[in-house]
Amino acid sequence: MKKGTLTVKAAALVIWALLLFAPFLFQDVRQIEVAARIAVFIVLVASYDLLIGYTGIVSFAHTMFFGVGAYGVAIALKHMGAGWGPVLLGTAGGVVVTALLAVAIGLLSLRVKAIFFAMITLAAASVVLVLASQLSGITGGEDGMTYKVPELFKPATKLFTDEAGKVVRLWGVQMNGKLAAYYFVFVIAAVLFWAMLRIVGSPLGTVLKAIRENEGRAEGIGYRVVAYRTAVFVIAAVTAALAGSAYALWLKYTGPETVLSFGIMIDILLMVVIGGMGTMWGAVIGATALVMAQYYLRDLMEVAAGATAELPLLPELLNPERWLLWLGIIFILLVYFFPAGIAGTIIDKGDRKAGA
Amino acid sequence: MSAVVARAGGVFWLPVVLAVIAFVLIGVPSSWLTLTVAGLSMGLMIFLMASGLSLVFGLMDVLNFGHSAFVSFGAFVSASTLAALSGWLTSGSLTLEVLALALALGAAVAFGLGAGWAFERVIVKPVYADHLRQILITMGALIVADEVILATWGGVPLAVPRPSFLEGAVIIGDSSIEVYRLFAVAVGVVVYLGLYLMLNRTRMGLLIRAGVENREMVEALGFRVDRLFVLVFMLGSALAGLGGAMWAGYQTLITPDLGAEILVIVFIVVIIGGLGSIQGTLLGAIIVGLMQNYVGFLAPKLSLASNMILMMAILLWRPNGLAPAAK
Repeated sequence: MKKGTLTVKAAALVIWALLLFAPFLFQDVRQIEVAARIAVFIVLVASYDLLIGYTGIVSFAHTMFFGVGAYGVAIALKHMGAGWGPVLLGTAGGVVVTALLAVAIGLLSLRVKAIFFAMITLAAASVVLVLASQLSGITGGEDGMTYKVPELFKPATKLFTDEAGKVVRLWGVQMNGKLAAYYFVFVIAAVLFWAMLRIVGSPLGTVLKAIRENEGRAEGIGYRVVAYRTAVFVIAAVTAALAGSAYALWLKYTGPETVLSFGIMIDILLMVVIGGMGTMWGAVIGATALVMAQYYLRDLMEVAAGATAELPLLPELLNPERWLLWLGIIFILLVYFFPAGIAGTIIDKGDRKAGA
Repeated sequence: MSAVVARAGGVFWLPVVLAVIAFVLIGVPSSWLTLTVAGLSMGLMIFLMASGLSLVFGLMDVLNFGHSAFVSFGAFVSASTLAALSGWLTSGSLTLEVLALALALGAAVAFGLGAGWAFERVIVKPVYADHLRQILITMGALIVADEVILATWGGVPLAVPRPSFLEGAVIIGDSSIEVYRLFAVAVGVVVYLGLYLMLNRTRMGLLIRAGVENREMVEALGFRVDRLFVLVFMLGSALAGLGGAMWAGYQTLITPDLGAEILVIVFIVVIIGGLGSIQGTLLGAIIVGLMQNYVGFLAPKLSLASNMILMMAILLWRPNGLAPAAK
């Protein structure tokens, strides 16, 4: 195997390993939040990479599908009470709605130019966002909704008890429902990621890359481009919806800001570009880098703003509220100078060295 | 039959058809008149914002997702100018009021020209003919521009003062029509006529239209289409700024979210109208404006989804929009 590819895969596997042992390594509520968010976003970014990196489709509706999955579970749990039945029903409902929406949008607009598709998905996503905030009877409106999750995921639930009836501790970690919830999210993320790796490695993945490289030629060889595009759009959408369902179970809250907002779409775009388009492993690196930045860069900027409070202009620019400004600038520079992202650049460099 | 319809103007009668259907559904002439004027004024303001996007795309195949940033900046620049000149607005002198308004709109246009030039040189030029990176980069620029607006004007809604001669309403029969809306219609019509004459009566317009139709051929004849493109881009940004400034006066209270809301409507308009043609954009803008107001009156819950449904329907009927530029 080439050196660069090896480095990237090793880095991604280290991240997965860290996520696997996260509850034991970082025994802090905030760190576990970060770990769960990374796991969910890895899936979200990888599924988006199926579209943008592997097939060359630019969609702005990915958060829409993520949100539909989350809202499916949230609405079912809110209106039917806690239990596994509502979870399954909500997930299934979210997946069905997602698939229908994706097929409708795909068949309608994947025939037209890529740019039309980007615009149409953007419009569709904004309409869904507005609907979610307006239909407050069903979705809880702007405030979103909180709900009870199945018994197993409640922090008070004891997975294992000792003779005294207390929660067993393993290396100082309580075997409680929070841990179960984390591993639930982790396993779902890992399985979905593995499934996408399989898709990319399968003949289907090769056809997708062919479509990205030269649509006309792919059509000429005899592949129905529209059918393949619609299929991959639906696969990516359903994966995003499943990630959304898992995230809704983890957060116990679903609202427009957390699962539907345009900000999340921008996050996904940033993660894909930072990690590297067209590499599943890049998604792991991109999602980790950006989530970490979201949680810790703001703290860092706060410190920096405090340290430079005497100077003119600098504190205003370093204001934690302005962090998106910096991300935007970094994003533009990345697209200019490292269009392959972190993973892509490492792979290129390492492999070229190995080949020479 | 279809040939007759096409000769008589074809799809350009759609707004009229829409207005007639709405007249029947609404049933009250005075409300209908108010809504129609509101729809026309909204449509013409959207036309200002959308025309630049459409031309830029038509000429250079460049889709600028950051276009709405010029709209937001136009709105905020003109609002700030008007606020700074508020003494003139309250002075009671008509001349000073007109001057203040002209300065505010002029500031938005000037900003659009300057920012458009910089944007084209720095952001767009390196990624001609690469759609994926174009979308990503202009999106990144939009994020940065939105943040700059937030940093400069803060996240709080900004009140936009209006000159007093644009306040109030004209009463025609039973219906009252806001003066500002008539003003917006007038500005839109003047700009449209200006653009039309520029595109059809000047040498530069000829080159632009030829470039939209077949850029390689125009380049082969020795014309620098990329230089022309900078001018078109600046013009488009300036129009977006003007549209934003008009929109600010229309809303009277603006927030930094304005750009994002507009972006979606502008996209729907250019998709409906067909990219690259001024006539198509005008048609799309008026249809969307009328639709929004009629549906908002008849079925308020549907008003936002209505434009989306309209776009879907039109795309099914004509995948390239109603009146795209000949390619």
